[in-house]
Amino acid sequence: MKDYDIVKAARSELRFTSVDFIGLTVKDFTELHGDRLFGEDRAVIAGIGRIGDTAVTVIGIEKGKSTEERIEHNFGSAMPEGYRKALRLMKQAEKFQRPVICFVDTAGAYCGINAEERGQGRAIAECLAEMSDLKTPILSIVIGEGGSGGALALSHADRIWMLEDAYFSVVSPESCANILWKTPERADAAAEALGLTAARLYELGLIDRVVRCDEIPELEKRIAEQIRELQGLSVETLVSQRYRKFRKVGY
Amino acid sequence: MELKGLFLKANNELENTGNLLKSRRVICRKCAKPVSVARIRKNSFICPECGHYFQVRARRRILMLTDKRSFMEMDREMESRNILGFPGYEEKLSAAKEKSRETEGVICGEASIGGSRVCIFAMDGNFMMGSMGAVVGEKITRLFEYATDRHLPVIGVTVSGGARMQEGMVSLMQMSKISAAVKRHDNQGNLYIVLLTNPTTGGVDASFAMLGDITLAEPGARVGFAGPRVIEKTLNQKLPEGFQKAERVLECGFIDAIVPRQEQKEYLDRLLKLHGF
Repeated sequence: MKDYDIVKAARSELRFTSVDFIGLTVKDFTELHGDRLFGEDRAVIAGIGRIGDTAVTVIGIEKGKSTEERIEHNFGSAMPEGYRKALRLMKQAEKFQRPVICFVDTAGAYCGINAEERGQGRAIAECLAEMSDLKTPILSIVIGEGGSGGALALSHADRIWMLEDAYFSVVSPESCANILWKTPERADAAAEALGLTAARLYELGLIDRVVRCDEIPELEKRIAEQIRELQGLSVETLVSQRYRKFRKVGY
Repeated sequence: MELKGLFLKANNELENTGNLLKSRRVICRKCAKPVSVARIRKNSFICPECGHYFQVRARRRILMLTDKRSFMEMDREMESRNILGFPGYEEKLSAAKEKSRETEGVICGEASIGGSRVCIFAMDGNFMMGSMGAVVGEKITRLFEYATDRHLPVIGVTVSGGARMQEGMVSLMQMSKISAAVKRHDNQGNLYIVLLTNPTTGGVDASFAMLGDITLAEPGARVGFAGPRVIEKTLNQKLPEGFQKAERVLECGFIDAIVPRQEQKEYLDRLLKLHGF
């Protein structure tokens, strides 16, 4: 499969979305709402539940399936209040020492007048800064689209996993081609150049695990094992390892 | 002597003035009036006719904000590599070096402001639009770590189009890396002041530009996450007057104060003194 085909597959409407992955891996999922500052953003679904024997906080960017659902979830593009809800619940997870699991699937943070004026940049920045210091394990799994800053905001984790047919990119291949070569037609060349596939990002040492599609049925078990391993570390070790993980990127 | 050299060779301070750069007068981009370069320079690179802010390169910016001869640069030798083998990146880097006469898009170091020791970084809009790659990320991260170890305040001057596409996810993750270093600096009770200049957008806006204890901006600076053309295209509508301009962003609650260029050094000096430096 060419890189651009992977991008297209990651965008497919037939794919599992965060709701499916939560259904598959989390028991007793109990959704919690609102950022306590402005509102409730349906592009981010979040709550608490159980993976294996462990109570966890789960956060997923949700695209929805039917047209109605897609509109409700804003096609998986979160507003600042979505990121602030996520951060509120991550801080809550820290308080109750629950590990955090993030399912990432977004073309990007919403870009619009209201999103800008409510501080999209600040909302993402706060996620990055606060997650870097969160005193509880964080696992982020990119299940479809990892669209730039909007996906990165929920990926400041101890471990980043990606499905083998997901992508994570600084920019969409279409925008990249448009900016560099003035034509979206060359998106396939851009996709190739950006190195956005799970396999390539693993090779570059930027993600920790490529999850094969045939492993999905046992994902709960894999997540539970990963959580257990991270819970075995002292909080100091956990946080300093997380710092080093990002500290070494690119240098 | 030094200033004169910078101006003549760099030919980028007034880069929006077309081919009149080498003459003694330039046409202001905003008011379209011919203005003497000497007058613009004396006026902190603001058009004396209409108040338009010309772009200021990073090195000059630092000179403008810090005490004379106090700046000591750090990590100047660091240069970008084509990590992904991205087509055309080497050529872009060469062109950026030539245009900016810098080795990368940010200058970092230690200096004093009103006698107080500070760490300072300034991004350079002439280096691939101030885009953030691994070297920019590494230099700023090192500066924050240096400042954290010594309990020094950090002053950051931002101008950027965001993460540098040619470095793919490595560049995007510089947002995470720098934000974590800012957080460590913050945890130790240290001061971080940001000065947002035109434009500060994308991944820089969504990370260290928005994490200051105190956030200042130049008048009229564009500050935002998504580029205006992207938003217009997405929404299929014209954007309102003043959208993403510093004045509007202040109204929205994301900037502490807008500080004219001539007053910035004094303003920083006062803030530092109020924090006991």
